[in-house]
Amino acid sequence: MAQVSSIVDEQVPTPLSTSKSILLRISKFNPESDDSTKFMEFSISYEKWTTVLEAILDVKKHFDHSVAVRYSCRQATCGSCGMLINGKPRLACFTKISELDSDVVTVEPMNNFPVIRDLTVRFEKLFNTHQKIKPYLIRDDTELESDEREFLQSPQEVEQYIQFANCIKCGLCNSACPTMATDSSFVGPQALAQAYRYVADSRDKGKDTRLNIIDESHGIWRCHFAGSCSQVCPKGVDPAMGIQFLRGYLLGFRS
Amino acid sequence: MKESTIMKIHYGTALAAVGLVAVHILMRLTTGFADSLEYENVLANYRSVPYVVMLELILILLSVHGFNGLRVILLELKQGRVYEKAVSYGCVVAMIGLIGYGSRTIIMTNMGMV
Repeated sequence: MAQVSSIVDEQVPTPLSTSKSILLRISKFNPESDDSTKFMEFSISYEKWTTVLEAILDVKKHFDHSVAVRYSCRQATCGSCGMLINGKPRLACFTKISELDSDVVTVEPMNNFPVIRDLTVRFEKLFNTHQKIKPYLIRDDTELESDEREFLQSPQEVEQYIQFANCIKCGLCNSACPTMATDSSFVGPQALAQAYRYVADSRDKGKDTRLNIIDESHGIWRCHFAGSCSQVCPKGVDPAMGIQFLRGYLLGFRS
Repeated sequence: MKESTIMKIHYGTALAAVGLVAVHILMRLTTGFADSLEYENVLANYRSVPYVVMLELILILLSVHGFNGLRVILLELKQGRVYEKAVSYGCVVAMIGLIGYGSRTIIMTNMGMV
């Protein structure tokens, strides 16, 4: 009998996880009909690998399908699911509940963006400022002749800008920026980091054009170097450093 | 004027003001601190032309730096074409006014009119 029991014990599959639960608080606000933000609370069970986005989608599927959330790739590539998670701007698809180390997870729309509804915000200004700094290579001979090779760069030249090319336009840096909270005309860390990305590119010839664009009263000089943009970037971009390098160009320390 | 030029002036005036104010404080320490604030001693200092020139420079440097700082703060506080023009011109006028009033005091004291 004892032998049978031990065989049974061996056949019981090893549990992959111990499911726990958290209180998920979701901000609900429709600017067209609501006066103030309300929080809806849901008890959600989660595994070690469950992301905040999966928890929100769980709520949409089983409790309240009206929760407005924007997402697409679920792998921190599209930059769609940025939101405040426990007060800090993060990508919901890139944030595991287990790593938050809290029994309560509060999700809100990002700061410094107009709210469309619930967790979704408007990105028009982000895209407009991004477009304003001309995020493409500027040079007279853009069109290659058939017998020419591509514009070659050394590894050192690529190193100058490659981390800034990782930007996915998620807006977390703009959401964390204290200047953006008060100065609605500020160009923002995302656009400034992208300006540096192209200024530092050895193939680009549009440095003066871009420096002129950011050298205005609500441009690069309004950055107070709080550094919060760099802290929240999910792709490891350091906009604060890029801004300081751009200032170096404008002050004549770099050429 | 380009914002980078304004900010170069902003940083330059700050550095120069720190240097001159340091000289000013060191000169105060050549006599006892309480003595240096005596009415007659203060007036006597204004008779020295190099000292007066230094005070005038400190006045200009701090006014330029301070009013540009105020302009930046006010621009970040609120935005709008009319508001921003009013802030910029207002700060320039206030800066000129303060430098004018301070210079008048320095010159009058130097010429023994006080």
